Amino acid sequence: MRSPYLAALLAAALLASSGTALAEETLFGWLISPFRQKEVKPVDNKAYKEECSACHMAYPPGLLPSRSWEKLLNEQALGDHFGDDASLDGDTLREIHDYAMENAADKSFHKRSRKIALATENGEAPLRIIEVRYIKRKHHDIPEKMISGNKDVKSLSFCSKCHTRADDGNFDSDTVSIPNYPDWED
Amino acid sequence: MKKTCLSTIALAAALFTASTAWATPATDELLTRYTAEGASSFDAARGGKNWEKKVKGEDGETMSCQTCHGEDLGKSSKHHKTGKVIEPMAPSINKERLTEVKKIEKWFKRNCKDTWARECTPQEKGDFLKFLLAR
Repeated sequence: MRSPYLAALLAAALLASSGTALAEETLFGWLISPFRQKEVKPVDNKAYKEECSACHMAYPPGLLPSRSWEKLLNEQALGDHFGDDASLDGDTLREIHDYAMENAADKSFHKRSRKIALATENGEAPLRIIEVRYIKRKHHDIPEKMISGNKDVKSLSFCSKCHTRADDGNFDSDTVSIPNYPDWED
Repeated sequence: MKKTCLSTIALAAALFTASTAWATPATDELLTRYTAEGASSFDAARGGKNWEKKVKGEDGETMSCQTCHGEDLGKSSKHHKTGKVIEPMAPSINKERLTEVKKIEKWFKRNCKDTWARECTPQEKGDFLKFLLAR
């Protein structure tokens, strides 16, 4: 009874070690999560994409913990969404709320989302992606002149201005190109 | 007698609808709804004036529809905060405009609140539609 189970586990581990699911920081971390994938899961829900990107980039749910989405995606909160009215009809709101909750950083099997989940695990529920400690830390070396002082970027919230593959959920530094600073390297 | 009267009304309604260059089934439905909600005789000129009306918001910023939609309805513009490109509003340029009841109502609700800090009345919404449909 035990051996087919072990064989399956071994096969899964081998499969996971090649391709997109890559190693964790520690052997233990890798052993308990062999299916973990790189980066962040791209948005794959039509309603979510359409409604959110009507005003700004449709941030992948894996960039915030579910506690944050719970605070952001309800009728009352959307009525005053950072100063703007972003209210939705009940059915649409339910769909995008559920999608965000199911794919939030703490539910994700994507590595960068896991790091965001770790950085917010002490009960933090940042409402803005730029308030997530992991994301702050990743950007704190980049001079202000390249972000807020850069007329083609303006704010860290405009991820896709520099992260050329943000739409694919890829935020790897290799894919970064800062407008007006072609020579910047991480 | 009654029958003639009714058909005259139907004819008038048909002419009234046809006179708006870019009317869609969605805008016809909404104008009928706004009338049922108490509005009457929609006016494109009044809609245009409201479109340009500047109102000072809570944060001190003066806003009008043009803040985000730009001055030329035939051209794309940018959201004042996020910088997101907003496609042209003029149905003559952008055929997707004013074709979905749900979408029109959603944006009326949001944008009236953002710009005027209240929801628009059926009369104001109808006037806006008339104004936009003529573009």
